[in-house]
Amino acid sequence: MNIQGKRNIWKDYQKEIATDRYFYVRSCVRQNFFPGSEKAFLRILKEELSRDVYENASHTTCSGIGYHSDVVPFETAMTMVARQFALMTESGYENFTTSCITSFGLYSEILETWHHFPEVEERIREHLLRATGRTFKKPANLSHASDVIFKFRKEIAEKAKHRLINRKTGNPLKVVEHIGCHYSKMFPSKGVGGAEYPYVLVGMIEEWGGEVIDYPERRHCCGFGFRQYLVKANRGYSLACSKKKFESMAPYKPDFILTNCPGCPMFLDRWQYALSEMEGITYGENGFGIPVLTYEELAGLVLGYDPWDLGLQVHQVTVDPLLDKLGVDYDPSAKFTGKNGIDLGKPEPPTFLKFYQNE
Amino acid sequence: MNKSTIVVGGGIAGMTAAGELSRLGVEVTLVEQEQISGGHAACWDRLFPTRRPAEEVISFLREQTDSKVNTFSGRPVTEILHHESMFTATLSDGTILRGESLVLATGYDLFDASRKEEYGYGIYDNVITSAELEGWFKNHQPVRTKNGRIPSRVAFIHCVGSRDEKVGNLYCSKVCCITGVKQAIEVKEALPACDVYSFYMDLRMFDRNFEELYFEAQKNYGINFIRGRLSECSENEDHTLVVKTEDTLTGKPMKMIVDLVVLLVGFVPRSQNTQMLLKLKLITGNDGFLQPEDEHNGDNLTRIPGLFITGAVKGPVTIANAVADARATALQVYSFLHSNR
Amino acid sequence: MKDFGYQAHRDNTIDFEKNDFRIARFLLEREPSLNLCIGCGSCTGTCSTGHFTEFNIRKIHTLIKRGDTEMARKQIRQCMFCGKCQLICPRGINLRNVILGINRALEKI
Ligand SMILES: Cc1cc2nc3c(=O)[nH]c(=O)nc-3n(C[C@H](O)[C@H](O)[C@H](O)COP(=O)(O)OP(=O)(O)OC[C@H]3O[C@@H](n4cnc5c(N)ncnc54)[C@H](O)[C@@H]3O)c2cc1C
Ligand code: SF4
Ligand code: SF4
Ligand code: SF4
Repeated sequence: MNIQGKRNIWKDYQKEIATDRYFYVRSCVRQNFFPGSEKAFLRILKEELSRDVYENASHTTCSGIGYHSDVVPFETAMTMVARQFALMTESGYENFTTSCITSFGLYSEILETWHHFPEVEERIREHLLRATGRTFKKPANLSHASDVIFKFRKEIAEKAKHRLINRKTGNPLKVVEHIGCHYSKMFPSKGVGGAEYPYVLVGMIEEWGGEVIDYPERRHCCGFGFRQYLVKANRGYSLACSKKKFESMAPYKPDFILTNCPGCPMFLDRWQYALSEMEGITYGENGFGIPVLTYEELAGLVLGYDPWDLGLQVHQVTVDPLLDKLGVDYDPSAKFTGKNGIDLGKPEPPTFLKFYQNE
Repeated sequence: MNKSTIVVGGGIAGMTAAGELSRLGVEVTLVEQEQISGGHAACWDRLFPTRRPAEEVISFLREQTDSKVNTFSGRPVTEILHHESMFTATLSDGTILRGESLVLATGYDLFDASRKEEYGYGIYDNVITSAELEGWFKNHQPVRTKNGRIPSRVAFIHCVGSRDEKVGNLYCSKVCCITGVKQAIEVKEALPACDVYSFYMDLRMFDRNFEELYFEAQKNYGINFIRGRLSECSENEDHTLVVKTEDTLTGKPMKMIVDLVVLLVGFVPRSQNTQMLLKLKLITGNDGFLQPEDEHNGDNLTRIPGLFITGAVKGPVTIANAVADARATALQVYSFLHSNR
Repeated sequence: MKDFGYQAHRDNTIDFEKNDFRIARFLLEREPSLNLCIGCGSCTGTCSTGHFTEFNIRKIHTLIKRGDTEMARKQIRQCMFCGKCQLICPRGINLRNVILGINRALEKI
């Protein structure tokens, strides 16, 4: 592979990412899936980088999940999104930053629709005004939170406590990056690096010392796809998509998978468990799975945050072996102790997938 | 100066026009920016459909032009002016040429395959273009992967940069289908044990003996033709490539590991001349190639009397057709010079 | 193994690395004219059997060339061997011999 070829493409897809004063909107599902991620994002921006990030308590779902599951019509979704823009405007911000990839895709899609069909924007403004009495300005800058971390990847590297180097071997960790479909497949120019070779996560991995794996099924969807998962009859499809990816990446022996979407880490993580139970297969080393991280979790680890503060104990595929490779100083006994010191109880061990480090 | 013409571009079309005009007694000046004449054809090894060496055609044309026409080589024409029925062509070194008529035979560019990002040209080691493969043949270089292995599977990909809204080219480049068939045969001849696949949308075997070559490719060489356009290409750890398509004739997605992918790149308008042609206010079609005054009865004429266009500057063309076109152009120039302007 | 009430879907992709090309090779050796097919569909259009059943002779022999013999296994016996497909084929493919070969191959392999 000739990396220069990719760099030439990356040059064509540079996007404007605001550097301060973010109006941050959370994802409706991520706090359940990976509870430490959004908190880590806020901590990094506020404490490490001294940036102004604002959250508005009235923020709701963007309805992207409903939209992509065919239960919320586009008209409704647009009005919901108009309301989020109104909250941003009322709060005195103009840089909109989303935690969720599907939100980011939906916001992009709506702004693009309004750009091409100003009469639709007018209509939605009327809907919103009638329903809530609100008006809004469109964001000056729309970015996904992974764009923001990407933007500050060098600053994070400067403060790094750990680099993506295997402490035992001294070799760079091998990382699979997986980009949420809605990040740039719909609008390649809205994603750092475009759609075929997105750079947003690659840039972080490179900057923090790791080595990126480009495997044949890299572009394949994780399998979430909303309807494909929500309806039980379709779940086998979702599972098969993830399985296709695992089979394709496993020969490269990746140390972990890095993601930037609410759904992808959820499925790439949990389906490893499901596949191990259904078919007895595991994809990592020695019966372990391949750990799956969000970019905030990774940034947090690089900055030396406590893995249990980052919520890594709720991952289905245990991350302990990765923590050892990174040389993270962690307390295994605190893994299932709550912030308030209460024992949370240990999860039932899976049949095949190795879960506890010292098993 | 009496009955003179400047021919810009010394490819097949320009050389043919220059040679014919000189035989007709016109004082011809030929400008070719490269040191050697022949244009793209000078890079090809054997020509479809007969597989006669390209060199034969070019040497014939060189005999018609060398020492017979005044030739400037190694410098491009950078500006063309038309003033009081005279044309002035300025070369990059400042040389100024004057003529009563001018023939634009500036040809085409190859499509830049790296624009099809999903095919990985310029990224994956074993994705090459048809033009590169032709170069291998011409230089007697064996067909090998980047790290020197003998390929056991080769895939030819049709319509790269043509018939594709995503790169802004709706037109068909005409010659890539038959080039692909010819090259598939040549790979098979060089490597009889290699399986050769062609991924196509349509096989456009429009000219004489083209369909027959396709038939021969199937019958005598066992080339496998699969109807389905390449969706994406990715690389394995060992630098082999995974190609993904639909086998549209069975209605199923399909993937295959191959050692070498050959992209049949199409024609695009020559970008270096855009500004120069814009200043002359010549009309281009939606495809960006020059548009003649009348596609039937004035195929070589432009809005400027005395300025003619010929060959691939008007769009994809075979060598045989470029030759015929250039001869027709020569007659048009001749009658223009002999008319009561 | 646990039953979750669903399983990973079977991959529908024609996978050249996994498919079995023994029948294809047997057939192409026995009847090389099969490689001349241009997928025109005249054979299927004229085939009486195909008008009343799922049977599609063009798809059957194309799939075999892709290493996928499932359709042939299920359906080839429906052919009545009437020869109309061969009569019509613009590439002169000896389709009756192809069909015979498919039957032979399926018995053997
Ligand atoms: C891979 C491939 C294989 C092919 N194989 C065959 C084949 O086997 N048989 C066949 O019939 N056809 C083949 N073709 C098509 C063939 O290349 C064209 O028909 C032919 O080259 C057209 O000739 P042309 O003179 O119009 O243009 P060109 O070959 O492009 O020549 C134009 C010339 O003008 C010169 N020029 C341009 N601008 C200036 C300037 N401003 N000043 C001075 N000089 C200038 C250029 O340097 C060039 O030499 C193939 C095409 C491709 C892509
Ligand atoms: S000639 Fe063939 S390969 Fe070339 S653009 Fe036309 S159809 Fe495609
Ligand atoms: S020989 Fe078989 S396949 Fe051919 S037309 Fe007759 S029934 Fe159909
Ligand atoms: S009629 Fe002949 S060429 Fe046409 S699809 Fe059938 S076998 Fe192929």
